[in-house]
Amino acid sequence: MFRQIATSALFAGFCAGLIAAALQLVFVQPVLLHAELYEGGDIVHFGAEAVSAHPDLPGFDPVRDGLSVLFTALVYTGYALILVALMALATQRGAVIDARHGILWGLAGFASVHFAPAFGLPPEVPGVAAADLVARQLWWGATVVATAAALWLIAFGSGWMAWGAAIGLLLAPQLVGAPHPDSFTGPVPPEIGALFAARALGVGLAAWVALGAFAGYFWQREAAGAALPRTA
Amino acid sequence: MMETQTPSGMTARSENMTAHAPAAAGTTSGALSIVAAALIGLGIIVFAGHLQAQTLHDAAHDVRHATGFPCH
Repeated sequence: MFRQIATSALFAGFCAGLIAAALQLVFVQPVLLHAELYEGGDIVHFGAEAVSAHPDLPGFDPVRDGLSVLFTALVYTGYALILVALMALATQRGAVIDARHGILWGLAGFASVHFAPAFGLPPEVPGVAAADLVARQLWWGATVVATAAALWLIAFGSGWMAWGAAIGLLLAPQLVGAPHPDSFTGPVPPEIGALFAARALGVGLAAWVALGAFAGYFWQREAAGAALPRTA
Repeated sequence: MMETQTPSGMTARSENMTAHAPAAAGTTSGALSIVAAALIGLGIIVFAGHLQAQTLHDAAHDVRHATGFPCH
């Protein structure tokens, strides 16, 4: 079964990763580069002179953007391995998985690893003030696990015990609250930060819907192939 | 012990064995496969998204911001 999970996940993760990388380069990267002009002090928000909101940005950088494509494909392949492993678990328990159901899995994945953490820690543009990194990483990881577990209970649990636990798991990390800095010292205009967070979430949603659909499609094919009698 | 077996009896025995052995092995290896795949996936996410080694951080910098991972 490992071969079926790995094959489905590699195909699905790589396809979704390339889509995510292309969308990020077109929609997110220009906002990030704009913010870096403020982070590096090339332009100053609320300085002596008003600055244009449309500065000249560096174009496509083969090394930097090539590494981004590589790492985006890697991240989504990692997500795909976990997603297809969970699909295999659900299949063993009688769930039907195909590309159309995969879209729902993708939406659940987006809610777990992008939207729920972003509710406390919005995707941050370079140069903004932030709390201690390890504390944020711990909160991020705990929120992802709690949200994913809650969505699994909503989808596959039954009865008010399961649904009550799911509501608790969804609320707990947000009520505890994400670590935030004591003061705001970032030089980046809030307009850029807001646009960056919205773009990052939008690209994440598109990529996860694609990842779920691809994962469902490839997993269904691989699982069906494994069920066929061997000819040898 | 094959001398007392009729050809049809042997066929029935071997079918029984092939029907049962993979099913039992399948459940165990299925759970192991699921855990192994998920752990490898988790390792890739931690490596690409969260480790702070300088070279790794610089290479993955834009992706970490764009994917919403805590960075810096």
